[in-house]
Amino acid sequence: MNINMTLIGQSITFALFVWFCMRFVWPPIVAALETRRKEIADGLAAADRGRHELELASKRSVESLQNAKQRASEIIALAEKRAAEVIEQSKQEAKVEGERQLALAQAEIQQEVHRAREQLREQVAGLVVAGAEKILRREVDAKAHSALLEEIKSGI
Amino acid sequence: MSSEAHSSAEYIKHHLQNLTFGQHADGSWGLAHSVQEAKEMGFFAINLDTMGFSILLGAVFLFLFHGVAKSAKAGVPSGMQNFVEWVVEFIDGAVRGSFTARNNMVAPLALTIFVWIFLMNLMDLLPIDWIPGLATMLGLPYMKVVATTDPNATFGMSLAVFFLVLYYSIKMKGVGGFVGELTLQPFGKWGLPANLLLEGVNLIAKPVSLALRLFGNMYAGEMIFILIALMFSGGAVLALTGGVLQWAWAVFHILIITLQAFIFMTLTIVYMDMAHQEHH
Repeated sequence: MNINMTLIGQSITFALFVWFCMRFVWPPIVAALETRRKEIADGLAAADRGRHELELASKRSVESLQNAKQRASEIIALAEKRAAEVIEQSKQEAKVEGERQLALAQAEIQQEVHRAREQLREQVAGLVVAGAEKILRREVDAKAHSALLEEIKSGI
Repeated sequence: MSSEAHSSAEYIKHHLQNLTFGQHADGSWGLAHSVQEAKEMGFFAINLDTMGFSILLGAVFLFLFHGVAKSAKAGVPSGMQNFVEWVVEFIDGAVRGSFTARNNMVAPLALTIFVWIFLMNLMDLLPIDWIPGLATMLGLPYMKVVATTDPNATFGMSLAVFFLVLYYSIKMKGVGGFVGELTLQPFGKWGLPANLLLEGVNLIAKPVSLALRLFGNMYAGEMIFILIALMFSGGAVLALTGGVLQWAWAVFHILIITLQAFIFMTLTIVYMDMAHQEHH
């Protein structure tokens, strides 16, 4: 219970312990704690960022899915329209072609008729001439009467 | 009866005497073999048990904490690292709570004070005759296990803290500022003597109260353990009562030793904070 040199010895011991603790014990532990704190904070921030990105991505995917659906229906509509157009057009074309063919055929028929009539006229003229010859019992000079013959011919 | 009382007094005295090494009255150096001899050695003597146990426990503390500090990683902490980090964070929180200036020394100081005092106090929970009994077998006349029941230890610490307070007071405020703080308040410059008296007492009271509070609490606790231990030699009933009492007091003492370590640490932080505070 006496105050003696122990007092000073304890002071020195204490000072040395504090110095050692300050130099070698406290800083590394606090640094480790700080690093861990930062790591956890970073991890939480990264997780937050990830969640946010996931949200964005899912929103984007929904959007693009909707877009694609819309686009597909547009394309289908367009194709249907186009198909209708094509059908319409080919109908039109067929009609036109048919009409053309019809006109052609009619023209041909007309020509044929014309030709037949011409032939018939020739033959009739020939018959008429032959008939007239028989009636007259003499030859008709075709040259001399060609004008007359022609007149008869066109009169038929 | 008289002899029994005498032996009880002897027992108590034996438990309250440190193992003192110093110069005998006849000029030779050696261990004091009686209270009288220890007293006669005067100031130039050393309490080997106080020094030994405090250094041993301080070394245990620094060894454990330094081991963790060396391998401290930011990853998942092991059990020991977890414990050390828990203590460090507790101290760090206490320092952040009461220390407002910036000083890298205060937190390690607080940690050392808390753990070291706690460990020294913890020795109080060992049955009080174990180590002294062992020492007697080894031929040592005295052995006091709890270093904080030696005023040398508590005053040693509180004086070191006091010098730190003085050092930082002068460093932060300058000599003029510190002297001004001692002399110019609370009554202004015309009340200088009164100011000096009040502030002087205030300043001196810091280390004295710091040391005496710890010493008083631990000394009283130790004394009660000694008195309870006396009951063991008083027959079966008394011994049984003593056993129960010792257990109860030890449980209660767990609170006291932690609380005293915490109070010493907190007051040190507060005094250091006051030393850093400039108020004009």
